[in-house]
Amino acid sequence: MSHTEDRPTGNLLTARGIEKSFGTNHVLRGVDLDVRRGEVVALIGASGSGKTTVLRSLNGLETPDAGLLEFDGGPAVDFGARSVALGRRTGADGAPDEETAAADAPIDDAPADDVSADDVPAEEAAARSGWLGRRAARRQAKTDRAALRDRSAMVFQHHNLFPHRTVLENVIEGPTQVQRVPRETAVARAEELLARVGLAEKRDAYPHELSGGQQQRVGIVRALALQPDLLLFDEPTSALDPELVGEVLTVMKELAEEGWTMVVVTHELQFARQVASQVLFLDGGVVVERGAPAQIFTNPAEERTRQFLNRVLHPLD
Amino acid sequence: MDWQLVADSFWPLLQGGLTGTIPLALASFAIGLVLALLVALLRLSPNPVLSWIGRAYVSVIRGTPLLVQLFVIFYGMPEIGIRLDPWPSAIIAFSLNVGGYAAEVVRAAILSVPKGQWEAAWTVGMSPVRSLGRIILPQAARVSVPPLSNTFISLVKDTSLASLILVTEMFRKAQEIAAFSSEFLTIYIEAAFIYWLFCTVLSTGQNALEKRLDRYVAH
Repeated sequence: MSHTEDRPTGNLLTARGIEKSFGTNHVLRGVDLDVRRGEVVALIGASGSGKTTVLRSLNGLETPDAGLLEFDGGPAVDFGARSVALGRRTGADGAPDEETAAADAPIDDAPADDVSADDVPAEEAAARSGWLGRRAARRQAKTDRAALRDRSAMVFQHHNLFPHRTVLENVIEGPTQVQRVPRETAVARAEELLARVGLAEKRDAYPHELSGGQQQRVGIVRALALQPDLLLFDEPTSALDPELVGEVLTVMKELAEEGWTMVVVTHELQFARQVASQVLFLDGGVVVERGAPAQIFTNPAEERTRQFLNRVLHPLD
Repeated sequence: MDWQLVADSFWPLLQGGLTGTIPLALASFAIGLVLALLVALLRLSPNPVLSWIGRAYVSVIRGTPLLVQLFVIFYGMPEIGIRLDPWPSAIIAFSLNVGGYAAEVVRAAILSVPKGQWEAAWTVGMSPVRSLGRIILPQAARVSVPPLSNTFISLVKDTSLASLILVTEMFRKAQEIAAFSSEFLTIYIEAAFIYWLFCTVLSTGQNALEKRLDRYVAH
């Protein structure tokens, strides 16, 4: 356990040195993230700061070029070694600095039931020569992506409900089709969840028959129905009319109080301040500042944080 | 115009349509659609070889006359030992043809489904195949009904070409009656009328299908 100070115990999710480029655009330049069980982490920052890319990396919608993602109980994925195995990066190219050094260290305390990292370590795949090695690495990459995805559920900015399915069908789709939950169980659970967000009577409606706030609440219920360990929210209220924002934030606040672990990308600073236990301010692909909301919002240490908060909180000054 | 002849030949012609034209069109369209989906997926594949195969297929089918395709299969294949009856030859040729044309429709329809739908399907745990089957294709189906109906209606009329490889469908019946009675104008106009009748019924069916698939779309 040589990395205990680096990856504190009690974390549900640990991210170290996450890097991501889109073409020449270096979107993430080494992001670290610690999510403890039951806490709400808010990611704030301007558009293009990389906060959404961080979130999408956590469930495999984006694949980082380098860095380490580790869930308590697995999987643990070392993206840097894998990029090498896939032939995407040579050792020298974009060499990790001290921020990402942790990612390059072998994972020595990964749990035994870890489905991804232990089967075929990416380093071993890299050692294999030629396309066979790359093929093994590619297959491993697929497994890793799915294993990451299975730990969380996401609520999107534009709800992304399935338009050809009713509210109820949207909610039970994952449980019945993927998780093999018996239909009656899934329906009972879905009805209970829908009732909790005040949408019991909408179970047979199609998404287009709902208001934006209702659609987003169904989106949240669809995520909850998967019974994930981690809930991810990608600017869940940004696309809503202002008068509908409250109903969605209220639901999210209740979930936080119930002890759900959440990572929330948001522009709702009021929400972050009230509900989050940890706030990260991102700019230019790095975490500029992190801490308790009280500290970030009332006494930021960094000038860039101060400027951002000023712009958002006092847009007319 | 010889109305007695019109009346006498109506049933034989309609029968040729119902036992020749329509089954040929339906079978070829069904097989062609499956083929079209496969070709569309090939074209959408990130693998350059697979996508090239899909593109080459579409290019050959769209770049050569349907009549030539029919003749290659029925008259050409026996030279390399593949001897097929008129019906199988016709179904194969028309299916291959529909596969090429409809592939582009299916590909466009799949691309028209927002990326967020793939992402949502991924997030609820689906594999790409399941996402395609349960989430993407049902939505793509709605978009592709009007253009695919076009393809189908064209196909119904194109089946008349099968008369040239000895398939007894409606037009071949018409040719026989016309040759026998020497009333070419009357019989061919009558055949044209029945083709038009078929296509009109099919268009009505298209409207009904569109309406049904539209039920979950905001207006």
